Amino acid sequence: MKTVTIILLCMAALPVSASEAVIAQMQSSYRAEGTTGFSAERGESLWRQTQTQQTSGKPVSCTTCHSGNLRDAGSHIRTGKRIEPMAFSMAGADRLNDPEKIEKWFLRNCKWTLGRECTAQEKGDFLSYFLSR
Amino acid sequence: MNIRILAGTVVMAAAVTLSVSGIAFADRDDDDRGIFKRTATVPAVTSKLYAAECGSCHFAYQPGWLPARSWKKMMGTLDQHFGENAELGQQSGDAITRYLVAESADVRPNRKSRKILRSIGPDETPLRISTLRYMLNKHDEIPKRFIEGNPKVGSRANCAACHSEASNGYFNEHGVNIPGHGPWED
Repeated sequence: MKTVTIILLCMAALPVSASEAVIAQMQSSYRAEGTTGFSAERGESLWRQTQTQQTSGKPVSCTTCHSGNLRDAGSHIRTGKRIEPMAFSMAGADRLNDPEKIEKWFLRNCKWTLGRECTAQEKGDFLSYFLSR
Repeated sequence: MNIRILAGTVVMAAAVTLSVSGIAFADRDDDDRGIFKRTATVPAVTSKLYAAECGSCHFAYQPGWLPARSWKKMMGTLDQHFGENAELGQQSGDAITRYLVAESADVRPNRKSRKILRSIGPDETPLRISTLRYMLNKHDEIPKRFIEGNPKVGSRANCAACHSEASNGYFNEHGVNIPGHGPWED
């Protein structure tokens, strides 16, 4: 009986620890690319930094679509579609647990917002920022 | 002999009347095929990959809205997708392109798709579904304040804002519910 309870508890805890493990694994592969430690503060400052978008000439930042608070849902600037909160504490079991999906959005959104791909350091900092909220 | 000819004539007349009335029913609203059968305007999306990848940012438009050449061009220019970067990995991109082409307006036969195709010139490769001539004609009676001037709609591209069963491929006017205004009947 005890064993069953422990197994059940482990299963209940799995989703959260799975995405935590995914983030840890991604950060360790960024470290392998020669980054130093990761900083949630650095992540936040780049997240909020306003850039002039090359294609449109408009001022944009990550918060343009993701809202000013990581714990709030955002909405797509053009289509208005809901974007789930990025804060780790708000993420459901199906969020932040797929490295390919995370890399896909880093690629698209760094290019859209910054006009270039993000470095391993910047991506690791962003992940720390999500984890911290 | 005469009776057989008479009977034959009656049967023929009945058949002609029925088929003509069938056409009349079908033409009353081109999204309704007769009174007995309700058919989707365009076949619903069947690819989970397409629904997930493309539907995460916008309405997952059914492939039957555009010809194959449009989908190929769209999928080849995802890094500049209506002002957004929507790049996909090679594998997902190829799989989605295959799906869209196989179900496109000029590959999969469909009554609505044929009408859409007729509104596109042979030398045109449109990317924007919302500004196809067919689409402009279909919405020409709707005041701007219901769509562009309506913050809950914004654009004809936001199909599901008004077409309550859009994701199932149903676009006929009976399913329309314009936010802040209600149903639309013309």
